[in-house]
Amino acid sequence: MADITLRINGSEKKVSVSPETPLLWVLRDTLQLTGTKFGCGAGLCGACTVHMEGAAIRSCSTPVSQVAGKSLTTIEGLAANGLHPLQQAWIDEEVPQCGYCQTGQIMSAAALLAKTPNPTDEQITQAMNGNLCRCGTYERIRKAIHRAAGNGGAR
Amino acid sequence: MSPLSRREFVGAGIAAGAGLVIGFYLPHGKNARVESFSPNAYLRIAPDNKITIVVARSEMGQGVRTALPMILAEELEADWKQIEIEQAGASTLFGDQTTGGSASIRTTWDPMRKAGAIAREMLISAAALTWGVPRSSCTAESGRIKHTASNRSLSYGELASKAGTLPIPADVPLKQGKDYKIVGQRLRRVDSPAKVTGGAVFGIDLRLPGMKYAVLSRCPVIGGKVSSFDDKDSKKVQGVSYVGKIGDSAVAVVADSVWGAMEGRRVLNVSWDEGPNKDLNTAAIIAGLKQAESKKGVNLYSAGEPAKASGRRITAEYSLPFMAHAPMEPGNCTADYRGTTCDLWAPTQVPQDCRDSVATAVGLDPDQVKVNVTLMGGGFGRRLEHDYAVESALVSKAIQAPVKVIWTREDDMRSSTYRPASLHQLSATLDSSGFPVGLTHRIIAPSISGQKGQPVPNGVDPDLPDEAGPVYGIPNYLIEYVQTETPVPLGWMRSVYALQAGFALESFIDELAFAAGKDPMKYRLQLLSKDQELTYFTTVWHTARMRSALQMAAEKSGWDKPPGPGHFRGVACFGCFQSYMAEVVEISMENDQPRVHRVVAVVDCGQVVNPSIVEQQIQGGIVYGLANALRAKITVEKGRVVQGNFDDYAPLRMEETPTVEVYAVPSQEAPTGIGEPSVPPLAPALCNAIYAATKKRIRALPILNS
Repeated sequence: MADITLRINGSEKKVSVSPETPLLWVLRDTLQLTGTKFGCGAGLCGACTVHMEGAAIRSCSTPVSQVAGKSLTTIEGLAANGLHPLQQAWIDEEVPQCGYCQTGQIMSAAALLAKTPNPTDEQITQAMNGNLCRCGTYERIRKAIHRAAGNGGAR
Repeated sequence: MSPLSRREFVGAGIAAGAGLVIGFYLPHGKNARVESFSPNAYLRIAPDNKITIVVARSEMGQGVRTALPMILAEELEADWKQIEIEQAGASTLFGDQTTGGSASIRTTWDPMRKAGAIAREMLISAAALTWGVPRSSCTAESGRIKHTASNRSLSYGELASKAGTLPIPADVPLKQGKDYKIVGQRLRRVDSPAKVTGGAVFGIDLRLPGMKYAVLSRCPVIGGKVSSFDDKDSKKVQGVSYVGKIGDSAVAVVADSVWGAMEGRRVLNVSWDEGPNKDLNTAAIIAGLKQAESKKGVNLYSAGEPAKASGRRITAEYSLPFMAHAPMEPGNCTADYRGTTCDLWAPTQVPQDCRDSVATAVGLDPDQVKVNVTLMGGGFGRRLEHDYAVESALVSKAIQAPVKVIWTREDDMRSSTYRPASLHQLSATLDSSGFPVGLTHRIIAPSISGQKGQPVPNGVDPDLPDEAGPVYGIPNYLIEYVQTETPVPLGWMRSVYALQAGFALESFIDELAFAAGKDPMKYRLQLLSKDQELTYFTTVWHTARMRSALQMAAEKSGWDKPPGPGHFRGVACFGCFQSYMAEVVEISMENDQPRVHRVVAVVDCGQVVNPSIVEQQIQGGIVYGLANALRAKITVEKGRVVQGNFDDYAPLRMEETPTVEVYAVPSQEAPTGIGEPSVPPLAPALCNAIYAATKKRIRALPILNS
């Protein structure tokens, strides 16, 4: 067990967990931030995507000790107020079906738009290819990213 | 009113399609809540004008929480913005709540419409009595009853108390399709906002005070059992509080976190009694299907005598592997067993089956088990099983505390139920112009229901009547089912036997078209040119409806114009779950592998309730079908499922996803299935495109294995 200080969604959280615990389970079980999802536990599906210093990482394969002191953002903290343009675009394009993977999809897309405000189709595919969706919402995800980009998704 | 006292009021039922009977409870008894108007279990109207519609099917992404209330709201003449949605748990009020078989809309279309219409008529009566005017002078519109002559109106909420005192009418008029204001509109899904903020609560997200977490070590060999286990190392893991056998085949590790339970399981030492399947492998299972070819099966469909048809004879054999559903949310269920009650929070397609199975497993009456239905991260049929629910209840009983059982991805892949592997023997006799006068399709496959000990009446697996019917009015036409056995656990996976039947039939029709030297689209249209009604069990298939869908697919895909350089097209059409589906797939070949660029999909599913949701289901079904066609394959070696995660059982990714154009044939026929019908035509349309490109015929799925 170790006491670890995390900087999540703009505030500091102290947790007492074994240092090799994947960040995913600290978020979900310890901090009750359940918007970040468990899909594969092996970095293959992207359902657990969060931001570390603005970059998309797979929290299921990231030991919590590696992110101590780093700035983390989860889906719950993506928009300071209301909805992030991507979240609004997701609603407008009616992307979610079951919705389980969508928070991870949005986090990957947000990291993309932060760096590439007006991505091409190719750039979208590259950024989103690690996020699986069994409902098959990819086409609408692509549209939603374009829509958010058009509406200032980079912020 | 408690759920139990509600049951005392179950009254007259109204009959709906497929024998479904909806129990209505009467709100006028001494225990009724006087403040709310609730003429049936689907609807409550409160005096504060809050209108609640109850959804008695499970939301797994297919949009029932939006589409089913739209149907009721239409007849109610409600203001959609006022509607609140409530998810029903397992209940005796709604008939069979199983969510599957693309059945939610088609089986609740009548009950939901009637539920809304009854309320509307009673509200009109209440207003007429209040004002002392004839009923006929009152109209319902946007959540209010209006009396135009005197320019008066009252909201449904204002009328609720009075309406609640009136008798429930037996017969009520239903609206004409041309007057629909809600049904047929692209209304936004009610569940989207919570799903983009992380606020949506799936089964895996549910948390109870004092809840523990459990993962189970299950025998890796199909049908094996626990011999003994050593939990010394597990108990050293931080937070592990309990290790114990659950049933015959699993050991549960309970901890105060998921990670603790997983770590405890990692160091758990179990000796397994591997049982009779320890040498089982897939090659032997496939060989077993071939050996069954000499068995006489049962006729699913029979017209004329194909054996006596004379002409050019063509035969082919097709095979499909076991496949896994692999929904994104791994299996889980939360249970709180308290001696005389057991409450479940289950992401389930079968709340009533969970209730009954858990009751049996923990020794309670079904009434003592309460099943709350959570959102599901995909279902695809995997959550038609009650295994998660039973496990969680047994663990909760063992530790006398609330617990959430979580499966890992590997658990889901290796201890699941699987789409049955199957073999298909097709033969046809062509007339001098190259069209079949005789066709035989032998489906050789194990029965999912049969394996589960459920009835297989007259040797017909009960799913086949919805999934393996005739498409074409061929004069001598036989569809035969040969039931086999397998130890591999079987489950109903999206489109079930329609995937196999559609792949085999529509690949074969393509073979016939090429054998006849004809364009495969024109060949099919010619085969469908005569208006015929083909009765298959209780469904009547209309060749005219399939022809319209196919014709539209030809037009929208630009079939008459050649595709761009290096591009090739394939077509397939198939009917299942009472809907008609035609798909044109456009591909190019890259490094001997198909790249799908575009799919044009046309459905005739009767009246479309919500076009956006229909589009979602078809786009999603095609992505699911494409993953199935390209590489979905579960294999078994030494009794163990080989595949474990999304690396060796790989769903489709964005880079492989084609543009999917969806069109619906305009129709005011009663709505039919939409969740599954888009899946079956994809694989044959794709393989037919590959044939067009390479002259190589793919007769065994998955494609990338051939």
